[in-house]
Amino acid sequence: MPNPDLKGHWGEFGGRFVPEALIAALEELDAAHHKAIEDPGFQAELDRLFRDYGNLPSPLYKAERLSAEAGVDIWLKREDLDHTGAHKIRNVLGQALLTKRMGKPRVIAETGAGQHGVATATAAAYLGLECTVYMGEEDMRRQALNVARMRLLGSEVVPVTTGSRTLKDAMNEALREWVATVDHTHYLIGSVGGPHPFPKVVRDYCRGIGDEARAQMLERTGKLPDVVAACVGGGSNAMGTFTAFLDDEVKLYGFEAGGEGYDTGRHAATITAGEVGVLHGARTYVLQDEDGQTIESHSISAGLDYPGVGPEHAHLAAAGRAVYEPVTDAEAMAALEKLARTEGIICAIESAHAVAGALRLAPDLEPGAAVLVNLSGRGDKDMGTVVDYFGFDRGTE
Amino acid sequence: MKSADTFAVTRAEHRAALVGYLPAGFPTLADSIKAIDIMIDHGADLIEVGIPYSDPVMDGPAIQRAADRALAGGFRTRQLFEVAEAVAGRVPILSMTYWNLVERYGVEAFARDFAAAGGAGLITPDLIPDEAEDWLAASEAHDLDRVFLVAPSSTDDRIAATAAASRGFVYAQSVMGVTGARTATSAAAPALVERTRAHTDLPIGVGLGVRDGDQAAEVAAYGDAVIVGSAIVGCYLSTDDVPTGHQRLADLTTDLAAGVRR
Repeated sequence: MPNPDLKGHWGEFGGRFVPEALIAALEELDAAHHKAIEDPGFQAELDRLFRDYGNLPSPLYKAERLSAEAGVDIWLKREDLDHTGAHKIRNVLGQALLTKRMGKPRVIAETGAGQHGVATATAAAYLGLECTVYMGEEDMRRQALNVARMRLLGSEVVPVTTGSRTLKDAMNEALREWVATVDHTHYLIGSVGGPHPFPKVVRDYCRGIGDEARAQMLERTGKLPDVVAACVGGGSNAMGTFTAFLDDEVKLYGFEAGGEGYDTGRHAATITAGEVGVLHGARTYVLQDEDGQTIESHSISAGLDYPGVGPEHAHLAAAGRAVYEPVTDAEAMAALEKLARTEGIICAIESAHAVAGALRLAPDLEPGAAVLVNLSGRGDKDMGTVVDYFGFDRGTE
Repeated sequence: MKSADTFAVTRAEHRAALVGYLPAGFPTLADSIKAIDIMIDHGADLIEVGIPYSDPVMDGPAIQRAADRALAGGFRTRQLFEVAEAVAGRVPILSMTYWNLVERYGVEAFARDFAAAGGAGLITPDLIPDEAEDWLAASEAHDLDRVFLVAPSSTDDRIAATAAASRGFVYAQSVMGVTGARTATSAAAPALVERTRAHTDLPIGVGLGVRDGDQAAEVAAYGDAVIVGSAIVGCYLSTDDVPTGHQRLADLTTDLAAGVRR
């Protein structure tokens, strides 16, 4: 199952729905990536970067108190401890190293809340690449700290003022720029979406999450987990976690952003509520209206607030290999608080969707079943949202 | 009326064809019909009707704004057929559209309804022949032109395959970049047209960046069709008064039409 066909299709999903002008660059990327991952020298360099710079492999941690409450064994893959605070460092280091190998001096990226932008700016600073990040104007205002981080790291941040001024528009703008600069610029895409080979490239650099966790589970428990859970926006952390387990008898669950509730229409549950369409270069599930115009998504978590999803997830859903369910803002925030109070871990709101999903599954599992949850990122960036949501006193009055 | 009918005439007249682009529903549905009539009255040889889309990644600011305005005005895909029906007959009417809108309507149904409305074919900027199996079948079944794009970055092999899959004409995207009027047309364009000619007898339309008669004349020297979009849309973006926009469009089209006849 792991690889798409030569045109980048997983079943009916994926492919390349982009201007002809970009095809040459996609072919170049495909060839360079293929050669790189087969090259022991590249792998050794990437492994060294991951270990010495990225703080990888991340630990596997048994959440004892949470497990006792849930009645199942909950194992957390601690991607929140990675450099820059999320699994995204894997993708950006892989693609940035590949950019250097392709002889391109510059990267561009899109970002929603700024996490992928900060990760890209970090890798660009470390590897000496020029970097421009596209970010919705509204997101720049809300995430001023991340804008400052990117600028401190030496990147240019370009406000996107078109469309809904969110992640999808930032992606549109990055694609527009890329057509004009493709000869010397790599588009360092932030998730397992976009035209072939991006979904495969990003997955290949993120799959260490699952590979590590699988080995760690075997070492610690002598068996594989019964269930693997991850949150899904575009789906890079989930794909990175699932890939190692695709051929195992392990249940895979992806938790999408249910926003204010599936019935309200204000959500980002793309697989649950979307229909097959083409967005940002790939055929996948898309939140769209009757005519195929993209519908704006909603989630308390900026990282999951996207109306599309990676095509491999669409395929896993259609094939029944993985199950995708929505988790509401309220469920995610309750799980975030629960994890903080039982384990002393403040996770990202994105990751809290996976924790909430695991807690929801627990009563239906055998007592003592092993549930692996990918804790994809940490919550520092979300404290403003947390303060507002729980109505904490800011201590300034 | 198909593209081939028009190119037979323009080739006999030893000149390039003038192709005008406007999104349906912009500035309003009725005025988009009126605008197309104005272009035809003032010398456009072929019309591209755009379908406004929420995520137009090939388009620069002018066409994005026009699409946003049409969508805000409640434009629906099916209204393309009303526009086509209203303007068809005098020159070929093609639609330029992002692929999701066609897929969503149903590829076969779209081909059927557009052909029934008098449409001549589709220009598909984000559909490459490699992904176009359904469209190849539907366009055959309904005898529609299918215009795919070639670009300066295309390899010769891809140009050959793209031209072989095309019908009516081939669209040469002359600059690496999104749509938008430019002060200078592209130096890469003549080379791309020449490379494309090596693989096809189909006419080659050159798009992206033309804004006046002088530039049209420049492009007409090597291309079989001069495609103008953003400058046309700009006639209505530069004023809130639609009649003024219509007048600007009439003047621009006259200038462009003279350009391709120089």
